[in-house]
Amino acid sequence: MALFKLTVNKRAYQADVEGDTPLLWVLRDNLGLVGTKYGCGIAQCGACTVHLDGKAVRSCVLPVSAIGQGKVTTIEGLSDKGDHPVQQAWDEVDVAQCGYCQAGQIMTAAALLKEKPKPTDEEIVNTMNGNICRCGTYHRIHEAVKVAASKTK
Amino acid sequence: METFENTSRRSFMKIAAAAGGGLFLGFNWTNATASPVVVHAKDVAAGTVNFNSYLSIGTDNIITIVSPNPEIGQGIKTAFPMVVAEELDADWKTVKTVQGNLDPAAFERQVTGGSGAVPHSWERLRQAGATARYLLVEAAAARWKVQPTECSTSDGKVFHKASGKSLSYGELVEEASKLTAPKEVKLKEEKDFKLIGKSVRNVDNHNIATGKPLFGLDFHREGMLFAVIQRPKAFGFKLQSVDDKAARAMPGIVDVVTFENSVAVVGKSTWQVNKARLALKIEYEKAADLESSSDHNRIFQDLLNNGEATVRRKDGDVHTAFKNAAKVIKAEYQCPFLAHSPLEPMNFFAHVRADGVELVGPTQTPDRARGEVAKLTGFPVEKISVEITRQGGGFGRRLAADFVVEAAHVSKLVKAPVKVIWTREDDMTGGIYRPAVRYRFEAALDKSGELIGYKLRGVGMNAGNSTREDNFPSGSVDNLLIDSVDHKSPITTGPWRAPITNFLAYAEQSFLDEVAEAAGKDPIEFRLNLLEKAKKQPAGEVKYDIDRMIAVIKLARDKSNWGKKKGVHQGFSVYFSHRSYVAQVGEVVIEKGKPILKNVIAAVDCGIVINLSGSLQQVRGGVVDGLGHAMYGNMTFKNGAADQTNFDGFRLIRMSEIPEVDVHFVDNGISPTGLGEPALPPTGGAVANAFYKATKQRLRNQPFIEEPLFKGIS
Repeated sequence: MALFKLTVNKRAYQADVEGDTPLLWVLRDNLGLVGTKYGCGIAQCGACTVHLDGKAVRSCVLPVSAIGQGKVTTIEGLSDKGDHPVQQAWDEVDVAQCGYCQAGQIMTAAALLKEKPKPTDEEIVNTMNGNICRCGTYHRIHEAVKVAASKTK
Repeated sequence: METFENTSRRSFMKIAAAAGGGLFLGFNWTNATASPVVVHAKDVAAGTVNFNSYLSIGTDNIITIVSPNPEIGQGIKTAFPMVVAEELDADWKTVKTVQGNLDPAAFERQVTGGSGAVPHSWERLRQAGATARYLLVEAAAARWKVQPTECSTSDGKVFHKASGKSLSYGELVEEASKLTAPKEVKLKEEKDFKLIGKSVRNVDNHNIATGKPLFGLDFHREGMLFAVIQRPKAFGFKLQSVDDKAARAMPGIVDVVTFENSVAVVGKSTWQVNKARLALKIEYEKAADLESSSDHNRIFQDLLNNGEATVRRKDGDVHTAFKNAAKVIKAEYQCPFLAHSPLEPMNFFAHVRADGVELVGPTQTPDRARGEVAKLTGFPVEKISVEITRQGGGFGRRLAADFVVEAAHVSKLVKAPVKVIWTREDDMTGGIYRPAVRYRFEAALDKSGELIGYKLRGVGMNAGNSTREDNFPSGSVDNLLIDSVDHKSPITTGPWRAPITNFLAYAEQSFLDEVAEAAGKDPIEFRLNLLEKAKKQPAGEVKYDIDRMIAVIKLARDKSNWGKKKGVHQGFSVYFSHRSYVAQVGEVVIEKGKPILKNVIAAVDCGIVINLSGSLQQVRGGVVDGLGHAMYGNMTFKNGAADQTNFDGFRLIRMSEIPEVDVHFVDNGISPTGLGEPALPPTGGAVANAFYKATKQRLRNQPFIEEPLFKGIS
């Protein structure tokens, strides 16, 4: 066990955990940030996607010891009022069925739009392909990314 | 977590305070004809009244209704209040939905399964809304000293046109709450619906998009322990001995408990219990056959040929029909086991106390879960509460109660509140799969290509009756024999979204495509002819609505421009399941020499569409799910153990692999039926038949990706 200092959603946290603990479980079990979801634990489904220094990463395979000074953003910190263009688009397009994968989908989409504000259809598919939606809301996820892109200046 | 305990005084207080007094309409959800009861706000606040379910309207105009059925992504938590709000003429923006917890006295059929909630509750929900509206109009009319018939309602207000007066529902609830509810109220006509049939967004959208704790896995209780369970690694194994010394010595571990064939590692965090579990040393002994998929293939053939079959339906004389046939067509279709793979794996919170049990988590059958925990703990059911969380998918897996009972078992042994978490590997290798099934079809055609005989034998693994003997083409063929044989396998199975029909529909609809071709007929015309025959000269009982089936067939035919698209290879399928009718056309084009599925056109008759947005997505999602599992889904076994343990081995469909899906609803004004399942069964057939059209290769086994047609195509 060791004390890790983390910056999550612009707030300072510390967690007394083993260094190999994946960020996912530190967020969920230690920090009480349960918006980031567990789906597979092997970086296959994307439900656990968070941003590390603005880039989308799979928190289920990212040991807490590897984060260092990196700044973590989770779905809870994507925007102050839940009004990030991607979050708005997800509501407008009414994407969610069960909703379990959607935090990861939103974090993946937000990172894509940060890098490429006007992605092509192919870029959207290539990026979102890493995230599984078991309910099959892919049509709406695709549409919502485009709606979010249209909102992003 | 936004939940509501029906019977607890504390929660009544909370709701009453939130509503700030007002009209509480207690109604009996279980009985559409029972009259509702008006309950005074002060009685509710004092906790002196215990009614079944309720609709409340606060002086602040907030309308609250309890949605009793578990929400697993089928959209019930949005659709139910829409129906109430429609009859109430409420302002949708002021409607709040609360997930009801288990309360069988209040809610009959508090289950998510069989696409049954909407047909069960449609009238009851409308009565509730219409009764409240009636009382509010009475109250307004009394205050204005006019006739109720002179008043109208919309957007949460009562209007008196002649005088130009209006009052909001919130302003009327105190007076309305003193009136007696009528025994009967008039419901709206469909043409007057303002909300039903419109697109209404999921009521939990904001909470989902901002990461609020909604799901079972998100539940936390101060002092709660975490547990993972090591179950036997192969079906047929029995626990022999456990050495847990090393695991107990690991950081954060509080206890290791063994029960039945399970070893639970209990500790302070998910990661710690998962790590310690790896240090367990467990010996198993063989208690049943350790089956492999190769054994299943052999068993299927053996039972198809020599099994003692149970006759499910017999019309006419198949023996003579086949003897006199000009042409006989035979084909066999097989599907593998499938995991359900809800993205939220199984999990449950349990606290077995000295005086009762608290259960919290995702279950499609809270009442069954409670009953089984009662058996385990010896507590009467009244001492066991079940709080239902939002659920990250279900697909039938959460109809079982094994994961709830386990959680209670662990809590009972460690005498602490415990949340049991299944890893993805646990979830995928832990059983209760969609059973593998093989079908043998035989069809007899006469000289003119008429279908005069039809035989179907199903062989399933713990599937029970692996047929649905009364579905089309039954009723349209004079000589028909449907029977089934079952193999008892130690591999556990259970319902999987659209049980049996999730595969049978594909097999039947593909075989009918083969028969139509052999008869030299267009596949759609062939089916329409059979249905006309079933109408004029039914063979035995017809247990589906022929006209509704014809209507979806024609709608799909017209919307797909059937047979008229150049370079597009179309395949057809139609199926009746869970009270709804769905026809689909798959469209395949050849690109760079490869067949590509471009589009699926779906024509759906689920009666009145309640939430257009939710319904469109149920159909699209059903098609994507049906396609994904037909194409890629495959659970195989070696010596009793699952070969696929996670999403790296068990392939789920991804965004790049979906076709366009065009959805068309039949508008016939019939009372609504469910949509959680019916769009899935026809997809495999429409797709397989389209691939056949494009390539002349039949896809007779799932997953399609393993078939010769797709060898070498990733």
